[in-house]
Amino acid sequence: MIEVTNLHKSFNGEEILKGITTTFDRGKTNLIIGTSGSGKTVFLKCLLGLFTPEQGEICYDGNKYSELDEEEQRNLREKMGMVFQGSALFDSMTVEENIMFPLMMFTKQKKEEMLERVHEAITRVNLENANNKLPSEISGGMQKRVAIARAIVTRPKYLFCDEPNSGLDPRTAIVIDNLIKEITEEYDITTVINTHDMNSVMEIGEKIIFLKNGHLEWEGDKSQIFKTDNKAVTDFVYSSNLFKKVRDAQLKGL
Amino acid sequence: MFYLDDIGRYFLMLKGVFSRMTKRSVLRNLIFKEIDDLIIGSLGITIFLAFFIGAVVAIQTALNLTSPLIPKKLIAFASRQSVILEFAPTFISVIMAGKVGSFITSSIGTMRVTEQIDALEVMGINSLNYLVFPKIIAMLMYPFVIAIAMFMGIFGAYVAGVYGGFVSTNDFLTGLREEFIPYHLVYAFIKTFLYSFLLATIPSFHGYYMKGGALEVGKASTSAFVWTTVVIIISNYILTQLLLS
Repeated sequence: MIEVTNLHKSFNGEEILKGITTTFDRGKTNLIIGTSGSGKTVFLKCLLGLFTPEQGEICYDGNKYSELDEEEQRNLREKMGMVFQGSALFDSMTVEENIMFPLMMFTKQKKEEMLERVHEAITRVNLENANNKLPSEISGGMQKRVAIARAIVTRPKYLFCDEPNSGLDPRTAIVIDNLIKEITEEYDITTVINTHDMNSVMEIGEKIIFLKNGHLEWEGDKSQIFKTDNKAVTDFVYSSNLFKKVRDAQLKGL
Repeated sequence: MFYLDDIGRYFLMLKGVFSRMTKRSVLRNLIFKEIDDLIIGSLGITIFLAFFIGAVVAIQTALNLTSPLIPKKLIAFASRQSVILEFAPTFISVIMAGKVGSFITSSIGTMRVTEQIDALEVMGINSLNYLVFPKIIAMLMYPFVIAIAMFMGIFGAYVAGVYGGFVSTNDFLTGLREEFIPYHLVYAFIKTFLYSFLLATIPSFHGYYMKGGALEVGKASTSAFVWTTVVIIISNYILTQLLLS
């Protein structure tokens, strides 16, 4: 579980995050949604420890990040897995080497043991016959699977995903969403996903927080998001023609 | 103020490079890869450039020795001094600022743009040590490149001088050995060691701290070349003043 209290973050005097307080539950897919520029990525990078907030606290299973020393922060980071928007795979390494990389850096396992873990992760994300290919030789969907495999190979306690299905076709996007949800439940981890894709919200949104101009505007789950009368949320949800048409049809009783 | 800020960040980067070391087995592989990319990959162009620089220096010297009272062996003497003292260590390093420097900046810059550096940091890896330290160690081999450049420069001078009909082989070899001061080699290699450090770290700084997209990677590479060259030229002046005056 991750608890966030009164988080503030500024860049060059401009306040990007304005006092966010929320919790992300273990074993659930927690979604951060909002329009572009709402502070989603900055918030996610604060959760990852890439940005240091000026004010506020982030607590990982009871451990306050600001009270951890450098060694403890590094140990905590080793328990985090991250799927970046552009996958962030290492260009010069093959798929297998990319997935093995965190194990090589942080474990003293023999190569055979590491390969076993790698193949386990590869099987889990349904990625086969690509072990020796370079990231540039595989599709965007496959790159996302490799990124997920790399994130889960160390069996993390926290999984963060920044727009995991951006640039993917709708069918592959749903597959990736469901894969993340399955992994979250199977490994009982705290997953936080940054997205502005309403299909993801509908598919896997067990807890959703909506950010607007750095504020937490609304929080709830996927069943509540269509019932809220919060204008910012409804504007965001019904900016999609598909959802607008579904709503209009429901209103007409069709 | 802007430059002071950059200089401060450069030294803070160096502090980061030498702290929290990456696992030794991983570093070893990275160092070998960097030696291949930065040193072995530079040998061809270095040999080519040094040979022709030496040849041109010999021809220029020969053409300027118009007085019959000046012995022809001076062609070899002047070529040796020019190549060992300046052309091999400094001129080749300026060229390397373009070749090695832009390679380092663009590879690290692309990693920054594609969030690969963020990925390293999220995993709890000291990205500065992982990316820059192997380059610094690999560049310790750079004096060998310069030694080869010195040899090829003098060989180029010999070929141009002797086969161009400017000087006989005997005169050339006599001139080559005349008033040779071993300390000049020490001076040249002290410079080379400093340049190797600059060639590894200044382009890394520009790549690591770049912001933006593909266009900025190109700008950072250009800026890395300019600053590496400027610092090499200034440090050349300072070292020459300190070591030879």
